[in-house]
Amino acid sequence: MRTALILLFLLAIAAIPGSLIPQQRVDPSAVSLWRQSHPRLAPFFDRIGMFHVYSSVWFSAIYLLLMMSLVGCIIPRTRVYAKAFRARPPAAPRNLRRFSAYATWTSSLPPAVELQRARELLTRQRRRVEIVETDDTSVVSAEKGYLREAGNLLFHCSVVVVLVGVAATSLLGFKGTSAVVAGDGFSNTLPQYDQFTPGAWFKSNDLAPFSFAVTAFHVAYKRKGEGAGIPLNFDADLAVTDHPGARPHAYDLRVNHPLTVDGTSVFLVGHGYAPSITVRDGTGNVAFSGAVIFLPQDSSLVSFGVIKAPDAQPAQLGFEGYFFPTAAITPNGQPYSTFPAPNNPVLSLIGYHGNLGLNTGIPQSVYALDKSRLTAVTSPDGRPRPLLLKVGQTITLGDHMGSITFDGLKPWVQLQISQEPGKIIPLIGVLLAITGLLLSLLIRPRRTWVRIRQHHDGKTHIEIAALDRVAGGDPRTHIDRLAAALRPTTPEEHP
Amino acid sequence: MTQTFAQVSNQAIYSATIVYALAMVAHVVEWAMGRQVTVETTTTNTATEPAMVGASVASVDSAATTTLATQQTGTHHDDERSDRFGRIGLSLTVLGMLLNLVGVIGRGLAAHRVPWGSMYEFSITGCLAVSAVYLFLVRRYHVRWLGLLVTAFLVTVLGIAVVLLYRPVEPLVPALHSYWLAIHVSAAAVAGGAYTVGALASVLYLVRHRAETKARANPGLPQTGFLWRTPPAESIDRVAYRVHAFAFPLWTFAVMAGAIWAQYAWGRFWGWDPKEVWAFITWVAYAAYLHARATAGWRGRAAAYVALVGYATFLFNFVGINLFGSGLHSYAGV
Ligand code: HEM
Repeated sequence: MRTALILLFLLAIAAIPGSLIPQQRVDPSAVSLWRQSHPRLAPFFDRIGMFHVYSSVWFSAIYLLLMMSLVGCIIPRTRVYAKAFRARPPAAPRNLRRFSAYATWTSSLPPAVELQRARELLTRQRRRVEIVETDDTSVVSAEKGYLREAGNLLFHCSVVVVLVGVAATSLLGFKGTSAVVAGDGFSNTLPQYDQFTPGAWFKSNDLAPFSFAVTAFHVAYKRKGEGAGIPLNFDADLAVTDHPGARPHAYDLRVNHPLTVDGTSVFLVGHGYAPSITVRDGTGNVAFSGAVIFLPQDSSLVSFGVIKAPDAQPAQLGFEGYFFPTAAITPNGQPYSTFPAPNNPVLSLIGYHGNLGLNTGIPQSVYALDKSRLTAVTSPDGRPRPLLLKVGQTITLGDHMGSITFDGLKPWVQLQISQEPGKIIPLIGVLLAITGLLLSLLIRPRRTWVRIRQHHDGKTHIEIAALDRVAGGDPRTHIDRLAAALRPTTPEEHP
Repeated sequence: MTQTFAQVSNQAIYSATIVYALAMVAHVVEWAMGRQVTVETTTTNTATEPAMVGASVASVDSAATTTLATQQTGTHHDDERSDRFGRIGLSLTVLGMLLNLVGVIGRGLAAHRVPWGSMYEFSITGCLAVSAVYLFLVRRYHVRWLGLLVTAFLVTVLGIAVVLLYRPVEPLVPALHSYWLAIHVSAAAVAGGAYTVGALASVLYLVRHRAETKARANPGLPQTGFLWRTPPAESIDRVAYRVHAFAFPLWTFAVMAGAIWAQYAWGRFWGWDPKEVWAFITWVAYAAYLHARATAGWRGRAAAYVALVGYATFLFNFVGINLFGSGLHSYAGV
């Protein structure tokens, strides 16, 4: 017990840092920010796994120890329990008076009758009853509450089931994300994922061969009053093809309403804007054209994005900046957004020319611009020139570098796709655990004794006592009730 | 219509705060009345010797009354008045709970949803859970001696909610449109109410236990003051355990319902989001409390401290993570 207690404390304490320090698995961008602001601590934290607390060596060690201690606890206790379950209620201690739950009285009924009454009452209360008779004394020993220990064992076994179930689910399954622009589609193959985390036992050719098109996306915002701009609802219309050759069917994908095909589930977890952009280069050719995903930065959906046109001549072109769905301008000329819906969409970009650095062999994020070999497009005053674009507008960059056009706007949806085979196991485990817990907390094993003795004055002396095997119970009330039920009702019997 | 419901809710919550405050005053008077009472003998743990044949030993609840009865010897009149104020405090608490209930329901009708989308709404719902659990325990185990602590808690939290946390009705973000949310939050609220009452009982237990230890070491000390009007430490501990034993399975269930909701909303059961981490820490801490009660050397005071640590982690999850936290759960607009 002491070991379990200490390990539980350790587990609780070990879980704390992961809630205070950003975690790679939960919020990778917060981790990079943290690294930037704590350059000296970060390498040390990396070494001790502070950014991966829940898969770190020390955290795993604690819960593995706990698991071992748990199993090491369950097995001997099951054996003890099996023996105790078959045992008869124990004989009464010689002196019942030392129990705090105790009562005694005399009766004029013969001992045999009293014995019968006591036995009947205790049996009716579904206690296990054992009777020992000697010359002038008979003792009823009764016991109740065997299920408590069973419940306790069930609970501890279920904790093992839950942990094993969770581990198996994540080993056999996978988790991934994909951002899909409305009008485009997704087919369940590795290259379509932006991020893919397979479990150790997952094989990527196990991916279910379904696909779907995102035909439309709708979002409604609260327009007026308090909380204006809070999304009330969003949903995506999908045309789902369950397997190659199947006829597509429509599905309404909403938050809390995932799509499930062949055990793989698709969740709608976010949305944003993808401005459609055309970049022409200095020679007048189209160097880039398409919808570019911009990442929302706050609840008014001000979004950040990057456009790369590596085919532009004479120099490669890149753009970086913000998208404002309902743009307004602060007195000092800064754009901001007053509402998340696209009531006045404006792009505010800075243009760059030079070398995008795509051929260095180092993979580059599509959401970041490597500016080391790029030069900003400037205004006559020499400062980077802000390119403010409304839908339909084109800005020419000058010096025959090219131009950029804001053609239109499409929504995109952030999808989380996962397969968790056997996820029902931890669920069943939790339900069993709660059942076991209720049994073990609500049932109180209690021993009750009734000693009936023929006194030489001709009266029958009766003593009753009870003992709880666990704290928290109230055996005295039980004895009060028992006494009330067994005691003679005629007043003169009370001494 | 929305406006009307919101106004009714606000009025009800103001009134509930005031009524709880009056209840607290009544309990203060109740306790203060007992001040002058002097008792010559310790009445802890009613005598176990069956001195009189035929007298079964008093049950816990009557043990409390026996304690009071012994104290009545001194100033009978005072004691009757004290009891009357206790009953007034209890009635006011019932009234306060009804107003609190109206406030919570009105808020829900105004918002067309379950009323737990912000810290303000959590607070008023949490207070409702605390008073409901307390009143249930009063019926079941006669725990009116907790009245002062409970009403003081309710006044403090509702007062903070009204003055600092108030926000007009706002819609819920789509991730919260789920009946699993309703199950998750209502289970967590009731478990939280029980944890609160359990923590208050544990505090009282520790104080009373100290006084009893002192009294045993120094039998000449007069046992006066409100502390001696509470039941013996052992009985307080028993109530504290029962409340925790009720809260823990419910909390387990609440955490599980939350995991299922997370699965529907975000595609994973458990993501070690700060809110989830602290729910887990609370769970482990209370599991440790239940273990401590069964471990030699940890029963009694040490276990009570573990329960208070558990409650601190619970509060931190509610206050700390909502205020300073990031992550998916920090929707709760402050
Ligand atoms: C994940 C780890 C564990 C959790 C969550 C847990 C939880 C619990 C809970 C909630 C109880 C209370 C039930 C009651 O009061 O009857 C309990 C009781 C108990 N646990 Fe654990 N436990 C864990 C690990 C262990 C381990 C490793 C051991 C063995 C060393 C152990 C031994 C016991 C025993 C003997 C009891 C019975 C106490 C009693 O009779 O009241 N537990 N456990």
